[in-house]
Amino acid sequence: MPPANPDLRNDIIAAIKDRALWIRRRSFQMVYDAQLGHPGGDFSASDILATLYFGVMRYDPKAPQDPARDRFVMSKGHCTGAFYSALAAAGYFPEEELKTYMEPLSKLNGHPNRNYLPGVETNTGPLGHGLPVAVGIAAAGQMDGASFRTFVLTGDGELQEGSNWEAALTAGHRKLENLTVVVDRNRLQQGARTEETATLDPLDDKWKAFGWRVEVVDGHDPGALLEVLSASPKGRGKPLCVVANTFKGKGVSFMHDNVAWHHGVPNKEQYEQAMAELV
Amino acid sequence: MSAAPKKDGYFDCRDSFASAIEALAEADPRIVTVVSDSVGSSKLGGFRKKFPERMVNVGIAEQTLVAVGAGLANGGKVPFVSAASCFLTARAMEQIKADIAYSNVNVKLVGQSSGVAYGELGPTHHSIEDLAWLRLFNNLTLVVPADPWQTEQAIRAAAEIDGPVFIRVSRMPVPALDRSHAVFEFGKAETLVEGTEATIIANGTMVHRAVAAAKQLASEGISARVVNMATVNPLDQQAILDAASTGAIVTVEEHSVRGGLGGAVAELVASNDPVPMRIMGFPGFLPTGSAEWLMEHFGLTEPGIADAVRQTIARKK
Repeated sequence: MPPANPDLRNDIIAAIKDRALWIRRRSFQMVYDAQLGHPGGDFSASDILATLYFGVMRYDPKAPQDPARDRFVMSKGHCTGAFYSALAAAGYFPEEELKTYMEPLSKLNGHPNRNYLPGVETNTGPLGHGLPVAVGIAAAGQMDGASFRTFVLTGDGELQEGSNWEAALTAGHRKLENLTVVVDRNRLQQGARTEETATLDPLDDKWKAFGWRVEVVDGHDPGALLEVLSASPKGRGKPLCVVANTFKGKGVSFMHDNVAWHHGVPNKEQYEQAMAELV
Repeated sequence: MSAAPKKDGYFDCRDSFASAIEALAEADPRIVTVVSDSVGSSKLGGFRKKFPERMVNVGIAEQTLVAVGAGLANGGKVPFVSAASCFLTARAMEQIKADIAYSNVNVKLVGQSSGVAYGELGPTHHSIEDLAWLRLFNNLTLVVPADPWQTEQAIRAAAEIDGPVFIRVSRMPVPALDRSHAVFEFGKAETLVEGTEATIIANGTMVHRAVAAAKQLASEGISARVVNMATVNPLDQQAILDAASTGAIVTVEEHSVRGGLGGAVAELVASNDPVPMRIMGFPGFLPTGSAEWLMEHFGLTEPGIADAVRQTIARKK
């Protein structure tokens, strides 16, 4: 649970907001420098990542393979700008390394590679891979009676991949209460709105029907995210899905809810305007 | 350790897989199995009875089957993921690529009833493309055991190494091969019959047929070597180059002629020491018929192999 002391809780929320802003600025810098990336999704996921890494998860960047660590699986593996920024902020590698994003021989591939980068649990990129792997991690923890939790961040368009629903069946069947999926529900996929492409709503009912608990929150409200993500899952008997309502491009006026920024890259003027807004 | 022979001294290697995995699990609590409703066809009923909490049955869901294996390995387990090879490989190809091989995780994939074991069920159930697909992943150890002893050895060796392995297990009855002093090691071929005029390189269910063909040829005064190339990746390159030094190579496998053992041998030989070669296997989508009928029909028999050796020797320059 979040700290009962309201002052401490407010401090944590303030720190998460600070980190989320840093993640947005740093990831946008990476995309601008590389002229490649997925800044729209980076921004919709920034508050979720900041909440997980700086308010919820237990990990030691100096011991990235510690069996007791909480696991984070970045299923929306294309949003490496935000993910790598979060890992650097969490101390897994020096911030300097972010400058190599997508350069030849960089450890910071366009999509995450666990063999290069500490803090990456499984290689992702193709959609619909994270949740099934996370089910296996959570099943291992359940077998051992271990206390670690497994978190997955998926996109919402990504849920059109059937592999997620195979995994959701198994997670529900095995009552993997140590497993939490956060859906970055920004309602945009690469080409169009999700609901114009293949309707996902009612998304909460879908997860419930597969045997999951569901919480629907504002994915840009660290307080709300902290509340549902840090609550102990013990004894709940079901995996948890947090549908986090977000906006692609959140934080920058001309990118907000704009499908063009799925993998759009900024020119100099756009870069400067965005950085001026991200303060 | 291996299960008792079936009638006429022939074995179902799935029994060896099952007994090996149970013995390993007794000794190592990290050993778990992952199945897709494939308990019976994997002969894992005994494992389930002894270690019910160490089996994950994901239902008929191969993508999750393979990915759950990756996750279990992340959680410190040594998962053996077992399902019909035709579905395990084809339906979960991207999971094998991204979650297992590219992620380089400690997962053992066991493709059951491979080749044309499900002959009558038609090409959807034939698994004669699996090696070609999986051979593309450079770090995935790929092994095709020839008999019960080798199946058990492969399972044990897979549990010992830290990395991804695919083991292709047939349900076709095979005799136990005679190699009383054999030692199993991934990447090491086994010479079962010495010979100088040609080399037959085989694996899986074709090995005992290759040995029989060599014996027939010997009775005619033709000296043909037989090499059991159980490991397709990494290849025993020296054994293949030694085979090339006999001047003629015939490969035999229960797989498509495209991209399997024969392809692997041909790639190496062509780049180093080109000699006349014949790649024996199946041509592509097959008619329906029993496994034995299909092997007979496509010449994967003792006389068929012997003929191929005679013809290939005749092509020597």
